[in-house]
Amino acid sequence: MAASKPTTSAYRDKAGRLVIAVTGMGVITSLGVGKEDNWAKLTAGKSGIRRISRFPLDSLRTTIAGSVNDVYKDYMPPAELSERIALLAGEEAIAQSGIGTKGQFPGPLFLALPPLEIEWPYRIQMAEEATPNGDAGYADLMRVARKPQFAPIYETLKYGIIGEHLADHFGTEGSPISLTTACASGATAIQLGVEAIRRGECQAALAVGADGSLTPESLVRFSLLSALSTQNDPPEQASKPFSKNRDGFVLAEGGAALVLEDYDHAIARGANVLGILEGCGEKSDSFHRTRSSPDGKPIIACMRNALADAGVGPQDVDYINAHGTSTPENDKMEHLGVSTVFGEHIRNIPISSNKSMIGHTLTAAGAVEAVFSLLTLEHQRIPPTINHQVPDPAIPLDVVPNAARDSRVTRAISNSFGFGGQNVCLVMTREPA
Amino acid sequence: MTARREVWITGVGLLTCLGEGMEKAWEHLGRVDPPPYDDKSFAPYIVHQLPPMSFDKQIPKKSDQRQMETWQRVGVYSAGLALTDAAIAGNQGLLDHTDMIVAAGGGERDIAVDTAIMAGVRKTNQPGAFLNERLMSDLRPTLFLAQLPNLLAGNISLVHGIVGASRTFMGEESAGVDAVRVAQARIAAGQSELTLVGGAYHGTRWDVLLAFELGGVVLKNQFAPVWDRGPDGGIAFATMGAFLVLESKDHAMARGARPRARISQVLSDRNARKPGDAEATLRKQWNAVAAQVDRAHCAVISGASGLEPATSAELAVLKEIGLPVRNTGTYIGHGVDTQFMANLGIGCAILEHGKLFGSIGSGDSGTSPDGLRQLVVTGVGNWRGEGLALLERVS
Repeated sequence: MAASKPTTSAYRDKAGRLVIAVTGMGVITSLGVGKEDNWAKLTAGKSGIRRISRFPLDSLRTTIAGSVNDVYKDYMPPAELSERIALLAGEEAIAQSGIGTKGQFPGPLFLALPPLEIEWPYRIQMAEEATPNGDAGYADLMRVARKPQFAPIYETLKYGIIGEHLADHFGTEGSPISLTTACASGATAIQLGVEAIRRGECQAALAVGADGSLTPESLVRFSLLSALSTQNDPPEQASKPFSKNRDGFVLAEGGAALVLEDYDHAIARGANVLGILEGCGEKSDSFHRTRSSPDGKPIIACMRNALADAGVGPQDVDYINAHGTSTPENDKMEHLGVSTVFGEHIRNIPISSNKSMIGHTLTAAGAVEAVFSLLTLEHQRIPPTINHQVPDPAIPLDVVPNAARDSRVTRAISNSFGFGGQNVCLVMTREPA
Repeated sequence: MTARREVWITGVGLLTCLGEGMEKAWEHLGRVDPPPYDDKSFAPYIVHQLPPMSFDKQIPKKSDQRQMETWQRVGVYSAGLALTDAAIAGNQGLLDHTDMIVAAGGGERDIAVDTAIMAGVRKTNQPGAFLNERLMSDLRPTLFLAQLPNLLAGNISLVHGIVGASRTFMGEESAGVDAVRVAQARIAAGQSELTLVGGAYHGTRWDVLLAFELGGVVLKNQFAPVWDRGPDGGIAFATMGAFLVLESKDHAMARGARPRARISQVLSDRNARKPGDAEATLRKQWNAVAAQVDRAHCAVISGASGLEPATSAELAVLKEIGLPVRNTGTYIGHGVDTQFMANLGIGCAILEHGKLFGSIGSGDSGTSPDGLRQLVVTGVGNWRGEGLALLERVS
């Protein structure tokens, strides 16, 4: 395969940099496994949100989630489920891309993951071993930790373990980077890949976001921050971004993978280019740990940075894939953000939230929604914001309510905003500008 | 591809058991004072604790301190030291375009809540329901924010006003090496001018020690220098914070910032750690920088953790290289994802003084070259990942 970089007639973006193509995509959500299944259900307005069946629901205020039941087996700890989701999404993306050879991906891995820790069943098993007839503290657990039956837990607690396994499986190059920027993580993984290719470090990168962390404790943590919807019945109607009666997000699992590639390299090997990652923007917020700055400046700057990085203006965008979590705070702030960035033009831009159907896939969301944005560009069809029965008069946006819409889409942006003031925005097109 | 630009370290923020700041660490190492380890607090396990301190100087608001647990306080404090050292603290014009890459694992658990649940859950025949009930009523709502890895970066934004790019890498020692590598590469390629890179580790906690004791790797009973712990030895975990301000030479000169050092190469890689793998990767990394090394004025600062076989594997390659070697872990303990940044910070102090500290342990070798100008800093992971940087004196 010709790996040398063309020196003439090569594509460059407006800033004279390499153009970043997407040549493979994979996705898994509560709607199903794979692009085809997901896209069919997403554009049919189906919800993947259901009552949780994985653990007892006593005392919990929220009893619904977008769990990935197609991949989950028996008792699978979050690390194992997240890895499985990442692996399946990565395989789908690499197979579509046709890049490299089996087990030899010619570039680095950027992997967005939830943090890992000892799970309750293990902690309890150790306590039982340490003091069969009494209470056990951490010091007691330490005494039995070296017993052989607990040895398998050790490696699962390494933050790098999933990256190591995937690097072995896919044969990616160099040190795999596992990362988190909370709910913007998936978008950050893509951004790191784009930057690495632009620096000329590699001609391709595998960007993955995966989250399989539905456990009682993860649900409780978000619940205690009053972030989750408690409208449990019926589950599929709980996530209602931009509606007046929205009351929180629905925790969900999922994952997505994208093969990012130097456009020239992709063309030279005859790859099918699915879309272009034209620009990435980022801006941190120093206002509050969980809330956006009330003036919206950071998310406004984030979107403007992305447009500037892509070398385009607000008038060049014709679809917004919203962060749209369905929390009172996010949707209000996102409306402020997009109406400031796009001004009058916002009336002409459809903006929809995939989370109305798949819930908030947290660490994976940025990658999952980038894949859905690229599918929107490919199919020229915009997935709806479902459950939009009670519009919020304070949010006069065209949210593509309840039914998918055929529409000319040449350039889409996808927003991701996370706890800790993390904001990332991606700009995508079908063809190089 | 943009031509590679020179990258300087213009700020160092260090907080270890040797105290606060690179100069404090240098003084201790320079005197070859005994390593300050603690074999009582977590007996029989051996750790390196921070000296008693107040966080007020870098985290003035008590309300901010209350929202954090120790690892975040240590990190935010060290980040503040680095920003102060680089003379950008409080300069919102610069902080607006300061980027950030943090290496961090998860935060800390509420030991009291965990212990109570472990006791209670075994006395009920409905463990699932019991767990839900206790978690809902006993967990502090804001504890989650002290546990999310990216909330160290979030708190740095909040307390110090950094609002550029912000990424958090996870993954033990490699996360630290890759954080520095990506920060350096972004600046070299013109993707950033100014980046705060660092991490914090709170290794003096039961929950952290437990996660490692499952692998039987925590040092216990008898302290020994990193090189001399043997096959049954282990890691003396530490609490530490280490942040560096990386800056393009042009940007630093334009604002009159003084360089602590030039960071001219950062390499990271991985392998499956079959016998010989770690040696091969480290050798390859050395070969990639060897041509830039002036052997008469260069030494190695090793980040070896004390765990075998990785420690001996690294030492074997360092012997082949043949430069003078010093390990810092004997003194400051092991801060996992923070260790590499801590060693780069200590490296800056060594370059400024132009000489090495005295040797301790059988793997430390050679005498300090006169006019030491370069350091090879290693970051070989206790379990996976190999890293190496070339640090140079400017002028």
